[in-house]
Amino acid sequence: MVKVKIDGIEYEAKEGSTIFEVAKKNGIDIPSLCFLKDLNEIAACRVCLVEIEGVDRLAPSCNTKVADGMVVYTNNPRVRRARKLNLQLILSQHDGNCTTCVRSGNCELQKLANDFNVKNIPFELDVPENEWDFDAPLIKQNSKCIKCMRCIQICDKVQGLEIWDVVGSGGRTTVGLSAADTIRESKCTFCGQCVTHCPTGALTARDDTGRVEAALSDRDKVTVVQVAPAVRAAWGEAFGMTREEASFGKIVTALKRMGFDYVFDTNFTADLTIMEEGTEFLERFTHKYNYQWPMFTSCCPGWIRFIKGNYPKYVDNLSTAKSPQQMFGAVTKSYFAEKIGVDPHNIFLVSVMPCVSKKEEADLPTMKSVTGDTNDVDVVITTRELTRMMRAQHIDPKKVPETEADSPLGTGTGAAVIFGATGGVMDAALRSAYALVTGKNPDADAFTDVRGIKGWKEAKFEIPGAGTVRVAVVSGLQNTRKLMDAIDAGEVSYDFVEVMACPGGCAGGGGQPIREACELAEERGNELWRLDKNAKIRYSHENPDVKAIYDEYFGKPLSEKSHHLLHTDHHGWKMPGEE
Amino acid sequence: MSRLELGSTVEKQAQIDAIYKDLVRRVKASPIRTCPVDMTYASLNVCLAQSCGKCVPCRTGLRQLSNLIEDVLENRGTMETLRLIEELSKEIADTADCAIGRTAAELVMKAVKNDRDDFVCHIETHNCKARAEGPIPCIALCPAKVDIPGYIALVNAGKYQDAVKLIRKDNPFPSACAYICEHACEEHCRRNLIDDAINIRGLKRFAVDNAGEIETPKKYEATGKKVAVLGGGPAGLSAAYYLKIMGHDVTVFEMREKLGGMLRYGIPEYRLPKAILDKEIEYILSTGVEVKLKTKVGREVSLEEIRSAYDAVFFTIGAHSDKKLGIEGEDAIGVTSAVALLRDMGKDIMPDYTGKNVVVVGGGNVAMDVTRTSVRLGAKSVTCVYRRRIEDMTALPEEVAGAREEDATILALQAPLRIEKNEDGTVKALITKPQIIGGSDRSGRPSVRDAALPEREIPADVIIVAIGQDIESRPFSSEIPVNRGRIIAGRDCRIENLKGVFAGGDCVTGPATVIKAIAAGKTAAANIDSYLGFNHKISVDVEIPEPSFMDKPVCGRVSITELEAVDSKDNFNCIECGMTKEAADQESSRCLRCDKFGYGTFFGGREVSW
Repeated sequence: MVKVKIDGIEYEAKEGSTIFEVAKKNGIDIPSLCFLKDLNEIAACRVCLVEIEGVDRLAPSCNTKVADGMVVYTNNPRVRRARKLNLQLILSQHDGNCTTCVRSGNCELQKLANDFNVKNIPFELDVPENEWDFDAPLIKQNSKCIKCMRCIQICDKVQGLEIWDVVGSGGRTTVGLSAADTIRESKCTFCGQCVTHCPTGALTARDDTGRVEAALSDRDKVTVVQVAPAVRAAWGEAFGMTREEASFGKIVTALKRMGFDYVFDTNFTADLTIMEEGTEFLERFTHKYNYQWPMFTSCCPGWIRFIKGNYPKYVDNLSTAKSPQQMFGAVTKSYFAEKIGVDPHNIFLVSVMPCVSKKEEADLPTMKSVTGDTNDVDVVITTRELTRMMRAQHIDPKKVPETEADSPLGTGTGAAVIFGATGGVMDAALRSAYALVTGKNPDADAFTDVRGIKGWKEAKFEIPGAGTVRVAVVSGLQNTRKLMDAIDAGEVSYDFVEVMACPGGCAGGGGQPIREACELAEERGNELWRLDKNAKIRYSHENPDVKAIYDEYFGKPLSEKSHHLLHTDHHGWKMPGEE
Repeated sequence: MSRLELGSTVEKQAQIDAIYKDLVRRVKASPIRTCPVDMTYASLNVCLAQSCGKCVPCRTGLRQLSNLIEDVLENRGTMETLRLIEELSKEIADTADCAIGRTAAELVMKAVKNDRDDFVCHIETHNCKARAEGPIPCIALCPAKVDIPGYIALVNAGKYQDAVKLIRKDNPFPSACAYICEHACEEHCRRNLIDDAINIRGLKRFAVDNAGEIETPKKYEATGKKVAVLGGGPAGLSAAYYLKIMGHDVTVFEMREKLGGMLRYGIPEYRLPKAILDKEIEYILSTGVEVKLKTKVGREVSLEEIRSAYDAVFFTIGAHSDKKLGIEGEDAIGVTSAVALLRDMGKDIMPDYTGKNVVVVGGGNVAMDVTRTSVRLGAKSVTCVYRRRIEDMTALPEEVAGAREEDATILALQAPLRIEKNEDGTVKALITKPQIIGGSDRSGRPSVRDAALPEREIPADVIIVAIGQDIESRPFSSEIPVNRGRIIAGRDCRIENLKGVFAGGDCVTGPATVIKAIAAGKTAAANIDSYLGFNHKISVDVEIPEPSFMDKPVCGRVSITELEAVDSKDNFNCIECGMTKEAADQESSRCLRCDKFGYGTFFGGREVSW
């Protein structure tokens, strides 16, 4: 321990900790912009500067370690002047039209500018522009980029992808694509982690709310919406609601008020996914020599892009099951369309997803399985877009009552809701696989080893009659890269592996609400596990509407019809550079 | 008003000179690989500020030229812009009234020619190719990429053993390099911005001199793979050291009686004591490297035999044969080469030059080595004859100064013409043709031509030719690709179409520095390991002290001191004196820690393994 004096008060501090950390721990708020704990401690923005007694120059508190006897001033005129001037410099290169920015009200730069009482910018505005493919699901606008470099670090260190790099020289230095000319030509998985870690509106997901509004006002369309599991664990953050308060029932009411004809739950097809993928796993597991091992889950489009772009020889290890979103699209436009007697061309299906990559998944050429000429899922909006639409329509979710989702695609089990958390797909699959083999349900909490926020989890489970199943669960693409390399080197071997591209799974997805310097995946994931615990039904195979759809329509898992509608050919499209 | 006044111009200029002084410092400390388009733009604007503004091409032309380059940088340029830049710069060079305008335009012309790719890249892709590749200048310039800020920090913390361990991660010759490395690392040291470069080599010397015994590094599990290293010089031994740590069986084939290559047979004792070298080699061998001395490839054993008996081969035979002057009388008794003299010295065979007039021909570091060696061998006089001016010599200036302090004469601007013999066939004199400096050669260096002066006779009993070395590649030219005597190998040391054969060191580059040879050994080791199907990482378990955020006030560089000439010129004792602890503490504290400050922090400051 060392003794440090900050703003006149002496504190004990752990050796090796930074001034920023020690101050924060003791309730002293030092503003920062570029800092991202453990990932980006590069002292670039110069907003967290402090004065150290005996040192001539101001020091960045984010990466200057405390020393015994150090005397620090975090809030004197010199420090304030320096911080403000640096903010003004940043603002001189920033498009300050906050009123039309999606991050307005949730922007670290805007907040600081307000906090610092910045009333003018004493420099000529010098706002850079950039070329971009604005149809891509991920958008970067240099006019708002403050060159904090967080996106580079998160992409390199957490997602192991290196899509971004520092480009340009000298005063023209900025962040750009490292290797490709356009984002769609890069190996970007559209995980959106750079978006959720961007302090400003420089990185955003494509806004598709306009297309949703247009469909809602088209009288010829039957509008249907599905809401993914992880959305319900996070959306309330945008309104300052607690997780219990921000229930799924309120989303249903809000969507109904927006004018959707049918509000359904992606949980339904999460259960359906378990039936297909679980059966597929058992088929592979009992005919081991016919398949490449391990089998990988296929729910996460970021992961699909990752494996195709980086480990193409393992593509056949992926389950052929479509993701729940795409199963939902196929079921809506076939089974459901027939049920209500509507031409699938006249159904407009919107997905609300915690994800940016789902936008691209819906547009894949292989995802037009019902009509052949239109997308099964017409448009995908993120959790953030959902909350923006609520605001735009003056729906105050705190005041709306709860409504149940419509039938028949609105039913989901506890096993489905956990699809939004790392380990959830595996947990749900094991519950049903066990039951399919043994004919009786396991304890719903028998597979807790796959739960929790850890990036790479391993477990072994005995399924009587089938044998020992060796499973692994990873989330975050850097962890995934390590796992793939270990598999490739023969250092590890598994039967079944669940991969989610975002750390913590969809709960931490790139389409979720953004909270400054907070990693909320674990907290949101816990909410999903709580919902599972409280669910009446906790096994996918017991979902009555899923049973019904097999009775009425698909026959059984892996039937010919389900092959056509619920499974996909991962070779049916190419990632950039994939042969 | 008086008719004449003194000095007012000079006084005013002093302010401007102060600006230029800072600019010179900045140029010296320039980051590695900045964008040539951006730098051309910036340099051109300096030129523009210097324009007197009288003539149109300089005043307006340079300004428009600057606008055009700015267009390229701001992504407004097209190929037509580039064409206009070329046309305008040619016109300005052709028409400006004085050299200020002309040379400014030439600067642009040169850039457009040499860095055309960068201009085109800006125009076509709106991207800049030249992202600083090495954010830490010293590491970027070290061929072996030694973690310099890391070991300087360790020296500063008094952890000399850790410092040496850290150096050995990338360079198994810390001591040899501490004594004789050419220290390219110091050239762009950011400390130049404040006062002067860090004395990096001096600090390394302090570390190795104070590190004590260090245990042999841990090795990876034996792989059973066999690697032959052909040549026991710095490149070969470096490769052998790392390959052995990686778990492979390594055998070094050396044609001479002892290992070390040019470190032993090319560098005089007074610069690198053999005891130091022996200890360094002993450490390398302690890993278990096998050695076959007096075994020359192509003599005792054929390349074919080695290739069939080993899984991979590293070919590193050095550059050990001497270049001839090719003048009349070169066959006279008493004419020898630097290579021959230094090789003998390496074998402890010392010729007696007592009472003799020795003439050395050449201007490089090797010429200085033999000049100073001749002084120590008792010569009556030693004269180093060089074709160009003293400032054109490629030898380090301190080596030239050292030789002169030891009473050697440097006779510049004399081109050897012929050697005159006595009747018994012994050397009588070197006849030279005086030269005059003139226009530049292809590399831009001023070259010489015959001056209108009579020939000069320099009496000599011994003439030592030190104008370079050749590679004995001819015996292998049927098996290995060779170009102008040099082995052709890639940047990864692979020889194309020759599976499992790698090459590096002087035999590939031509005579070069020790650290370049070490870098070749390191590179070859990594790629041989991969070739054998492994990915053994070399790392070291050393913690680098965190830099303190303290002011870095101006503080002069601690220079290396040498023994005074009176004490050094009659013996082969090591001439260079190490730093005191006081000096090392101060010098190491001057380091600006570019691993932490600036762009270095972006990737965590260091490559922890390779």
